[in-house]
Formats: sequence, C-alpha cells, structure tokens
Amino acid sequence: MADTLLNKPNVKGLSAKDFRSDQENRWCPGCGDHGILNSVQRAMAEMDHKREDYAVISGIGCSSRFPYYMNTYGFHTIHGRAAAIASGVKCANPNLEVLQISGDGDALAIGGNHFIHAVRRNIDMTIMLFNNEIYGLTKGQYSPTSRYGMVTKTSPYGTIEEPFNPAQLALGAQSKFYARSIDTNINLTKEVVKSASAHKGTSIVEILQNCVIYNDGAHALITDKANKDEYQLVIEHGKPMIFGKDKNKGLIMGGNGKLVVVTIGEHGITEQDVLVHDAHTEDSHMHWLLSSMMAPEYPVALGVIRDVDSTSYDEKMAQQIEDIKAISTIKSMDELLNSGDTWVVD
Amino acid sequence: MSQKTKIIEREDVVIRFSGDSGDGMQLTGTQFSDTSALFGNDVATFPDYPAEIRAPQGTVGGVSGFQLHFGHQEVFTPGDYADVLVAMNPAALKSNLKWVKPSGTIIVNEDSFTEKNLEKAGYDSDPLLEDKLADYNLIKAKVTSLTRECLKDSGLDQKSILRSKNMFTLGMVYWMFDRPLKHSEEFIEKKFKKHPLVVDANKKVLKAGFNFAKTIEALPYNYSVAPANIRKGRYRNITGNKATAWGLMAAADKAKLELFCGSYPITPATDIFQELAIHKGLGVKTFQAEDEIAGICTAIGASFAGDFAVTTTSGPGLALKTEAAGLAVMTELPLVIVNVQRGGPSTGLPTKTEQADLLQAIHGRSGECPMPVIAASTPSDCFHFAFEAGRIALEHMTPVILLTDGFIANGTEPWRIPSMSDLPEIIPPIAKEGEDFLPYAREDDRLSRRWAIPGTKGLEHRIGGLEKMDGDGTVSYVPENHQLMSDIRKKRVELVANNIPELKVKGNDEADVLVVGWGGTYGHLMTAVRELQKEGKSISLVHFNYIFPLPKNTGEIFGHYKKIIVCELNNGQFVEYLRGSFYGIKFEQLNKLMGLPFTVVELKERFNQLLEDK
Ligand code: SF4
Repeated sequence: MADTLLNKPNVKGLSAKDFRSDQENRWCPGCGDHGILNSVQRAMAEMDHKREDYAVISGIGCSSRFPYYMNTYGFHTIHGRAAAIASGVKCANPNLEVLQISGDGDALAIGGNHFIHAVRRNIDMTIMLFNNEIYGLTKGQYSPTSRYGMVTKTSPYGTIEEPFNPAQLALGAQSKFYARSIDTNINLTKEVVKSASAHKGTSIVEILQNCVIYNDGAHALITDKANKDEYQLVIEHGKPMIFGKDKNKGLIMGGNGKLVVVTIGEHGITEQDVLVHDAHTEDSHMHWLLSSMMAPEYPVALGVIRDVDSTSYDEKMAQQIEDIKAISTIKSMDELLNSGDTWVVD
Repeated sequence: MSQKTKIIEREDVVIRFSGDSGDGMQLTGTQFSDTSALFGNDVATFPDYPAEIRAPQGTVGGVSGFQLHFGHQEVFTPGDYADVLVAMNPAALKSNLKWVKPSGTIIVNEDSFTEKNLEKAGYDSDPLLEDKLADYNLIKAKVTSLTRECLKDSGLDQKSILRSKNMFTLGMVYWMFDRPLKHSEEFIEKKFKKHPLVVDANKKVLKAGFNFAKTIEALPYNYSVAPANIRKGRYRNITGNKATAWGLMAAADKAKLELFCGSYPITPATDIFQELAIHKGLGVKTFQAEDEIAGICTAIGASFAGDFAVTTTSGPGLALKTEAAGLAVMTELPLVIVNVQRGGPSTGLPTKTEQADLLQAIHGRSGECPMPVIAASTPSDCFHFAFEAGRIALEHMTPVILLTDGFIANGTEPWRIPSMSDLPEIIPPIAKEGEDFLPYAREDDRLSRRWAIPGTKGLEHRIGGLEKMDGDGTVSYVPENHQLMSDIRKKRVELVANNIPELKVKGNDEADVLVVGWGGTYGHLMTAVRELQKEGKSISLVHFNYIFPLPKNTGEIFGHYKKIIVCELNNGQFVEYLRGSFYGIKFEQLNKLMGLPFTVVELKERFNQLLEDK
C-alpha cells in the first residue's frame, strides 16, 4: 500500500519519493520521527508547491535533523532559533513555503521567546512541534513539556516544575492555527500538515512523538490500541465531537463552564446535544478548552483545533512596502542622497 | 552686515551650546553648523545628550550639549575646547566650564541664575557674582526677559514665547561670527509653515539676539573664519548612523538585491535601524526582532533566502549575537553586522564612546570562527565602509563586522554627495538554474561557495551549523575534513586582503614617529599629527579601516619606522593584535577609557614626549 501511495504524483508531477533526500537517516529505529517524515513527504506530494519552493528550517535536537532527509531547500540552524531564522526566510521571500521543525526543548525552552513572537506576528509558515516530552539528542533530560515529577537524568528525584501545554502557550500568543496529531497516525498527520500549509499565517502542528530510547511510552495512555478509541478525539470543523469505540461518547458544555464527557443514549443525551466543532471562530475559548483536555479525564483532541482566517505578517510587510513605494517622493538612491538640505561648493 | 572695529581672522573656532534638554540646544547648534557649512567652512559637530531621557530639569545630569567646530582649513574633529560656550542655565555652566579655552567667551542666560537653579546645579554661591569667571570674557544676557519683552505683543502664550529663547542666543552668536541670518530664517519659515505666528516670533527673536550682541558689542573684536578650500560638488551634513544606513542601502542597490535588516533597539545603534525603517519606499525591509539573537537570526534567514541581510547593534548586543554569527561563518552566508561601539562592559556607558569591542569582533565566537572586520573613521565615511562591508560580505560570501562608535555615529560633518554611478557594482556569486551545483564547491580565487537561493529549480540543498564535507556539503565528522574546512575558513578571510586597498601613510615615509590608529579616532589623530607636522616635527600617521585581514602592505610600512605608537580608546586591543601579527616590532601605546574621544592636546603632548625620547 505504502508504495502505491508514495508513487502517486502531485500536480507538479512529484510523488512522496521525490521529497526524499539521499542522506542516511540517523534517527533510532522505532523513533516516532520516521513516521512524521513519512507523513510530511506524503503531504507535500498532495500539495501543489514546487519542490524548489519549500524551505525546511530546523533548530537543534533529534527532530531538527529533519531537513537533511528532505530533498528540498533546508537549513539546520542552531538551538532554539529556528523560528527567528524561518521568519527571516519568509519575509525575504514570501513565495517560499516555509516549514519549521522543532522539538519541545528547541521551541519551548531555549527558543520560547522566538516561538511566541513568531506566533504573535503571524508569519506565514508551519511550525511542526515534535513533542516527546524529553531531550533526546543530549540523552535524556527533562524538557518544558515533561510531566510533573518525571524522573530523568537531570531530575533524578523527579521534576519540581509544571510543564507547558504548548497549545495554551500558542493561544496565549494569539495563535490563529493549531492542530495536533500523533506520530503513528500517518494519515492524520499528513492531513493536518496540508491544512496547516493552506492556512495563511503561523500554523502550529503539535505531534505527540514517541522517543523510544529516553521516554518510551510517554503518550502510551492515548496511543495504546486498548485505549485509543476512548482517549483520542479526532475533531473536524462542523462535525459533532464524538468518539469512543462505539462512537457513543461526546462532549457537552457543563454548567460550570467545563467540558463534560457524556454517553449518547444515557440520561436522555442524543447526538444533537453533542457540541459541534467550530475551528474557524475567532474566540479562542473553546479551542483552549479542547486543547487542554488530558487523558484519562478527557480524550485528547487531535486534528485541526483552531483555524482562523488572518493576514500574515509577511503579506502585510510586502503590502506596506508597495503602499509606501507608491506615495514616496524619493524613487532612487541618488534622489535619497540628494534629498533634504544640500549645498553646492563651486 | 555688522560694523565692527576690529576683525580677527581665525583658522577655526569651536562653539559649545549647552542647556536643559528642553532648551533647544541641538537645534541651535545644528543651525549654526548648517549656516557655517553653507558659508563654505568645513564643519564637524558632536551632540552630547544626557543618558537619562527625562533627567530632572536644571540638574547637571539633564544638560544637553552640542559642540561644533568650523574652520578655514579641513576640520577633522568637533574640537577639544570651546572658544565660546553658551550656557542656558547654571547646570550647563557647571558641567561645561572645564571645556572652555582659557580666556574664552561664555554667554550665560542671566535670568536662569536663580537661587533655585543654582541649588539644583549644586552651586553654593552664584558664580556670576564672584571672580571665578574673571579669566573669561563673560557675557551676561537676560535672554529670557529679553525674549519675553520682544514677543510681548506677538499673541503667543508664555510657553511658546519661552520656547523661542534659543533663537536669541543663536542670533547673538551669528553676530559674533559675522554670519548671515538667511539660512536660519528660511529654516524657521519651513519648520513652522503651519504656524505663521511662531515663524514671525522666532525670526524676530533671532534678529533681536543679533542686534543685542551688536549693541553691547559682545566681543571687543570680531572673529571671522574664511571659507575653507573645499572640493567642488554638492554637499550635505550627515551623521555616522545615517551614513551607515545609506551605505548599506547603496550596497543592496549595487548588488541588485533587496535589503533586509533584522535588529533590536540598542543605544547608540538604534538610529541606523530607524533610518532604514523610513525607507520602505526604496524597498527596505526592516524587522524589529524580539531580541538581539532574533535580530541576527532573521537576518541569517533572509540571507539564506537571497536578500542582502544586515543586523545593527552595539557591544552587548554583539555578545548576544555571537552564536548565530558562528552559524553564518559555518554556512558561509553573506551578512553585515554593524556594531556601534559604546562604553562597556555590560550596560557600561551607553551614550558614550569607546573602541573596546575590537577583540570581541575579531575573536569573540566559539571555535575557530574568522570573519572580516572593518571600521569606519568619520561620520561621513560610515557610508563608504558600510558599503564596503556589504561588498566584501556579498562578494566573499561571509559575514562581516563593521565597527563604528558612539562618537562618529552621532557626530556630523559635511559630506560631498557621491553619485551612485561612481560606486562599483557588487557581484555576488549567485548560482543559476541548470548549473552544476554543490553546496560547498569552491571555484574562484576567493574560495567562496556559490549562493543557491531557495526557489531556484534544481539547486535544492541543505546547509547548517554542523561541519560539512568539503564540496558536497553533507554532514561530516571526518577529522581531516574538519582540518581542511577550518583551513579554508581561515584562508577565505585572508583572501579578502586581495580585494581591499593598501594603506597610505599621511606624512613622510621615514618620519621619526609613526602614529597608528583605527576607526573613529581618525579626526583627533589626524589633527594632532598635522599640527605637529606644521610645527616641523617628524611624525606621520597611518590609520586603519581594514582590521581583519590587515592591508597587505602593513608590515612593510611598520618596517620604515623606529618609533611606532598605537592610539586607541581601550586598554590596547589593536596593539595586542598587531604584536601578535608582527613579531619583533616594538609598539608603544596610548590608551584612554573615559567614554570620551582623545583630545588633540593630550595626543600632542604624548607624541612630543615620544619625539624627544632617545
Ligand atoms: S533519541 Fe529518541 S527522539 Fe532521538 S532519535 Fe532516538 S528515539 Fe528519536
């Protein structure tokens, strides 16, 4: 199956294979990153950008090796700065399709400042946040998304700091697009990457990624076959938020302003009572509630949680330059040099 | 215009206007300097702002000054000591008296010498009533009341009336130096176009000041400074920061690239960024980043994507940018990093000048991480060296550090406006669709790699901070390859020496003493050396703008002199660097760390000493 999918060319005649570079892949066998790479290459094969128009920018960390495996323009930069570098790339050439790859340490610890400001500015690019809740490349220290109390090499007695929920951070920074997927769900990741790419502005795609070496099973509660249906809620704009093995669970708004999981058919609840997902609403309140849901109390929301129309920074930057060019009286460097008070010595 | 009994011809004159931040001294000084420039004098100016934006009124900390130097000959500095000091309040007098020449003229606004103001300035008693100022030509003018009197029927409110008192002093000084009022009158008409009452008031006060000086014969004689013999052409006044911004824009223009500036505000570099932000009409992209690191990183991203990218900062900001600067070295992307040096370390003296970031610029990165360093030496040549930084960065595919400093950044001087057609074309090695491309293949004599810009079909490639294999650019940990790539990075900077001019000595090739300087000390060193040469002393100057690599004839020049003295506003960074590069040559050194430029007086004293030493 995989091969037929890989070989289906897109409008530009490119298939997923055409996005593979000849570099030897150095991720650990079984690492979630392999699946994400696969998803991204498939997404690209289904999108209509030319290969030379992709710029894949990463920071430092296991996930940040990503550009080397892509047969596109790529830049493996320095720790934490990918968002700033990607911002510069996009502003210099808004025609490029910019994809930023970062891990939870790269984007939220050392690069936290660049992350929130890229989101706030709303630069048209997709930030893929590989969230494995650990530092992998430096061999197993806790990250800003590691669960409270987690024992790692730098927290041998358990961490004493609360983790970030990346979605809350992003929404606080006025994010207009937030999606979430899981490394093993190739198809969902592919779909959200496509939606993210189509969105104008900064799109964040958080991928719950498994680090088989240093944090194996971090997301097991929701990914294990046994629980999967109960703890994953794949949402879609305009569709009721229903989940469960028997498709009989749903979300309603409780009287205390909290979401409540209900069973359709019990206590007089019908499908009509279940909340319908509105990804396009400007008001981020519901998106906050959805993205904050954690198992086992709730299912974890996957798919496009927020997708609000916006104008990107780079568009506005280009537009402002055009507007000022149109009214500016100084049209050339020579005119600038000779502008204002000057005098002639003869 | 005036009928003075005695006119004294002067080679040059230094005037210092000082007052409270709100007294309009910057404007007054600028007006006088523009008028003098139009008259045909050579001029150099330097503003001296208080470090605190809202320092308390009337205190020494809140004094704002503007010094200008105009001459019949070439003028290289704003001058050490003033012939005339204008002090609008006691604090201004207190903080500036030490900068007045013995028997110089001091004009004070007598009205402001109230008990309260004296106390604010920290005077125990009124200096005007004692003989403390007996050695000066003290002119007490009731500037406030005279202005008020002059405008009592103007229809303006008290606040606006008081605001025009700076024009009174300007008028006085114009009379003293036999200057026409025309330029300032036109300036007033233009500036207050929408407020005819204000135009009339300011012009009236200007003339009143002029007439007042004439009536009281403010000077027993009148100075006159004849026009300088200046090269023909069209001129303008320009600050170093503006010239830097324009030089960067000119480089982008000549390279046919768009200019991108990613920066974070920092004193005293912010003006460059602000100036660039104005010129969206010429296509300049400015990006106010969230911090210094993002400033350089957005620029590196823009460079990767094919813009001529720059970032502007001052010392502490450069420190924050160092890791990213290393990435630019590793990826061999063109980039200009402007460092307007200020007093350090840490927050240090943000509004003062120093040259103490030299070794940071040359060496301050992790690993063996060489990049070219050049330095501008006067306000107007910031244009040329910003252009040069761009030319070297783009033609050699390398980050370049341009050093200026707070002194030349804020100073102004007249500048003969170049024509864009006189500037060389800049030709970056941009890879074209269809060519054989390897990310780290090097073809030309500069050992630069080719710039394959995203969007170019068929040249997709990956670069990054990890060591790359020579040629194909894949990640490589091969020991021999790291040696090779390190050697290449070193060689690439050395090869820049083939693309920069050789040094020229000012003065005799075989003089007894060679003065060596670099960057923003040029004006003071040149003035001191020239004055000594006129006195018949055997002394020459060689001044460096290209720091790393050094011009090719540097060693040969040093070989001609027995006594060499390296002067710089730090503890001896350039001299250390020269000692490391030219083993066996003896270098004397002169250093200063006061946040101030050298004075010509102290330079001459030291040089004379060296000339006399056996
Ligand atoms: S250490 Fe973990 S995150 Fe890194 S490559 Fe291995 S499995 Fe993947």
